[in-house]
Amino acid sequence: MKEINEIRADFPILSRKVYGKPLVYFDNGATTQKPNCVLDAVDEVYKSYNGNIHRGVHFLSDMSSEAYENAREKVRAFINADKREEVVFTSGTTGSINGIAFSFGERYIKAGDEIILSRLEHHANIVPWQMMCERRGAVLRIIPINDNGEVMLDEYYKLLSSRTRLVSVTQASNALGTILPLKEIITAAHSINIPVLIDGAQGIQHGIVDLKEMDCDFYVFSGHKIYGPAGIGVLYGKEKWLSEMPPFQGGGDMVDKVTFEKTTYNELPFKFEAGTMNYPAAIGLASALDYVSVIGREDIAIREKELLIYATGRLSTIKGLEIYGNSEKKISTISFHIKDIHQYDTGMILDKMGIAVRTGTHCAQPVMDRFGIDGTVRASLCFYNTKEEIDTLADGIEKVKSMFA
Amino acid sequence: MTIKEVQDNIIEEFSLFDDWMDKYNLLIDLGKDLPVIDPKYKVKDFLIEGCQSKVWLHPVYDGKLISFTADSDAIITRGIVALLIKVMTNRTPDEIIATDLYFIDKIGLRQNLSPTRSNGLLSMVRQMKLYAMAFNAKNK
Repeated sequence: MKEINEIRADFPILSRKVYGKPLVYFDNGATTQKPNCVLDAVDEVYKSYNGNIHRGVHFLSDMSSEAYENAREKVRAFINADKREEVVFTSGTTGSINGIAFSFGERYIKAGDEIILSRLEHHANIVPWQMMCERRGAVLRIIPINDNGEVMLDEYYKLLSSRTRLVSVTQASNALGTILPLKEIITAAHSINIPVLIDGAQGIQHGIVDLKEMDCDFYVFSGHKIYGPAGIGVLYGKEKWLSEMPPFQGGGDMVDKVTFEKTTYNELPFKFEAGTMNYPAAIGLASALDYVSVIGREDIAIREKELLIYATGRLSTIKGLEIYGNSEKKISTISFHIKDIHQYDTGMILDKMGIAVRTGTHCAQPVMDRFGIDGTVRASLCFYNTKEEIDTLADGIEKVKSMFA
Repeated sequence: MTIKEVQDNIIEEFSLFDDWMDKYNLLIDLGKDLPVIDPKYKVKDFLIEGCQSKVWLHPVYDGKLISFTADSDAIITRGIVALLIKVMTNRTPDEIIATDLYFIDKIGLRQNLSPTRSNGLLSMVRQMKLYAMAFNAKNK
């Protein structure tokens, strides 16, 4: 693995100052910073070969289309999907789940059917299903979590039934950091032929994702959380599902033949890509995936584990600080609360020290309700963070405590 | 003092501090000094919910002036609430409706009032004006 200083030099924003203090960026769960190669790739699109994809016969359109399709192939290889037809670009994880919830609902869901989610889900993996359930008369069933913030598998097994149509769970909790036992969840669902969607928004950037091994039916993630540009996401679906499901948006490029009487749809994956896609961001994402591969996904996982252990140890020594989410298996995200100090106050003061953390419910209110709290402070780390930054956070928290004492 | 004079006083008070921490320490002190709201008003009817912190706001109208008491679960928010009350309390409905709140911006706390901060402060200002409009309507 590259030296940490070399890695940090790849990310220009990491050397900036905030309120005159060196930036400590611990909000990687919300969005990650971008390495130069990604910035250059997007810049290059607009400077050298911008043209709308799949449209023109001209040179620039061809070049853009080719780069866009190469990006799709990069994504396919990165997640080890079977076919490029199974990789659909979207606006992000939220866009992907909304699309699947709509299309899957239209095709397969009727009144009384059930969708299983976990208590750890981000609102993006709750609300689209609620909307679909309301439309189709279906019901949500929720896998509970224990005090450590882990899903209770025995309860999950009890929820699986002949009414279950789909299981949709996150790879890792954005609010607590818990990594879910996907193997067990997928195997159990598949044993009764139920498809599984994995929300990889907090998973793919932290290690190796091999869809052939994981064998989920749908996998979704956001480009901007894996060092790529905002506004691009991925919807992977096994061909057997995607070929049966109807499109979730109509428009240009997704059609085969249009008359006012009837429209037939284009083949996969284009059937799901209506209108002009965010091709510069897709090309930027491909560059981000290359970057992650060069750094090394196994090395990233090892380094982030080290940071997690160090940060957990360091923060645990602070009196009055309680960590929520104490699973053995976690991504490098630590959610905590300081006794008698509101998370908003903590976040505001840390901000003034140049430390970026997330505060509040993290778009996961059911998780907060489970612990009877109205929010936490969340430090989400990644491989470009350092132990020195964790020390800065710990010192910052002590300062917060002294100010609000 | 007019609303403008109170705002100018606050701006002057904050201008004494260059350092952010000093400004926030002042806010924390203001928050601690905020007159206590009657607990019976810390209920849903008077709650202005934000996704970051909560604010409770209770108005009293004596037929001439409106006075406010308020509270927040976050101390920094409570400090800003205290400032807003300083400016807005014991005013006529017309004064409140016409108020242009410029001091927040001038003391560098605008980020606390931006619509996306969702800490309830922007809604609080809106709610103060709505109460003023409602009391005005009752008068007519």
